[in-house]
Amino acid sequence: MNIPRAKGAELSRRDFLRSGAAVATTTLAPGVTLIAFGGSAAEAGTDAGKRWGLLIDANKCDADCSACVTACSDENGWKGTGNPETDAQWIRKVTLKNTTTGRETSLPVMCQHCEEPPCVDVCPTGASFKREDGIVLVDKHTCIGCRYCMMACPFKARSFVHEPTTNQKSHAPRGQGTVESCTLCVHRVDQGGTPACVEACAATGHGAIIFGNLKDPDSDISKQLAGYSSTALRPDLDLNPGVRYTNL
Amino acid sequence: MILFLRFTLLCVLLIGAVPAAMAQDRSALLPDIPAATGEPHAEGNEYWRRNHMDLMRHDRDLTMREGNRKIDASLKGCFDCHAAKDGEGTIVTYQSEQHFCRACHDYVAVKVDCFMCHRSTPDGVDEGAPHAALVPQIPLKETDIQSVVAYLQQGASKTAEAKQ
Repeated sequence: MNIPRAKGAELSRRDFLRSGAAVATTTLAPGVTLIAFGGSAAEAGTDAGKRWGLLIDANKCDADCSACVTACSDENGWKGTGNPETDAQWIRKVTLKNTTTGRETSLPVMCQHCEEPPCVDVCPTGASFKREDGIVLVDKHTCIGCRYCMMACPFKARSFVHEPTTNQKSHAPRGQGTVESCTLCVHRVDQGGTPACVEACAATGHGAIIFGNLKDPDSDISKQLAGYSSTALRPDLDLNPGVRYTNL
Repeated sequence: MILFLRFTLLCVLLIGAVPAAMAQDRSALLPDIPAATGEPHAEGNEYWRRNHMDLMRHDRDLTMREGNRKIDASLKGCFDCHAAKDGEGTIVTYQSEQHFCRACHDYVAVKVDCFMCHRSTPDGVDEGAPHAALVPQIPLKETDIQSVVAYLQQGASKTAEAKQ
């Protein structure tokens, strides 16, 4: 099904001012006017009533498994170019060791989709942005590759593409000279799906990652968060990430 | 004074003659636009030729910022009907002059940056390594100048064929 294109695309500024057809104007009081534009927001995929998040159970995550990383790479088309120091990495497995007790914990770390994302604060062009539903993305059309966001991110979640790219996925364009990171598989989420890492983790039987709407109290993820203790990475920074961890 | 009038008359005659000559050559120099498949655009070809960049820019922002993935004008959607094939029936990448974007954009000398990030073939059609090495450049080297000459000669030969 195709939704008719929103008006304004084919209107020049002059046409737009002349017609007034796309605008409903209400005069509330002398000098105060309420202007409502045509309802394209209702058709959109983003919804401010939702906030997408992940809950990762470090106890269920197998140290020898990297199915989530492989799945992300396959889904979004990022791969090594033989320069491990600079190659793009949207998601990585991290091992933490408590030096006192010797306990080792393995967990995947990706863009934490912060409510207060530092990468968005520092972006000079507005390329780094947060959607209404909480997914933090890079608009590569306006990214100039300055990499301020990479320095601002406390989780080292973003990568810069150094080499020319070929055979990108059509749903995940990526190119030399721009910054990229986990998109929470936004192309799947917009169509009602779940991120590739979550599916892959479930397929291995570990089921360490739960995806869902943090604003819906009846969602699986909200119930888990309400019932068990969880933490954000670097909680001292007060970024309120959408990705949370249990049993760290 | 008479000299001046003669000169003016000569100019008028020359200016009048040039468009007539150009009208003949023009058709042969126009780009070979690959034929598309599928249903034609409801708005008409003229509309899309003039507005495709605005439509794509508008809808890309709707997709990127608002998550609307059921829109009309997407670069991915263009390939459904417009992907061009070479003589052997293989779908060409942006590296080829036959690519449907390049067919016109080369002609008007407009550099298209879309394919720095977007793939230039439909999903599943391999782009190959040479595509990555494709760096748009202005003709400076000897080989580049030769290619421009070849392009112009090609146009001239087509003109000759048209006259026959």
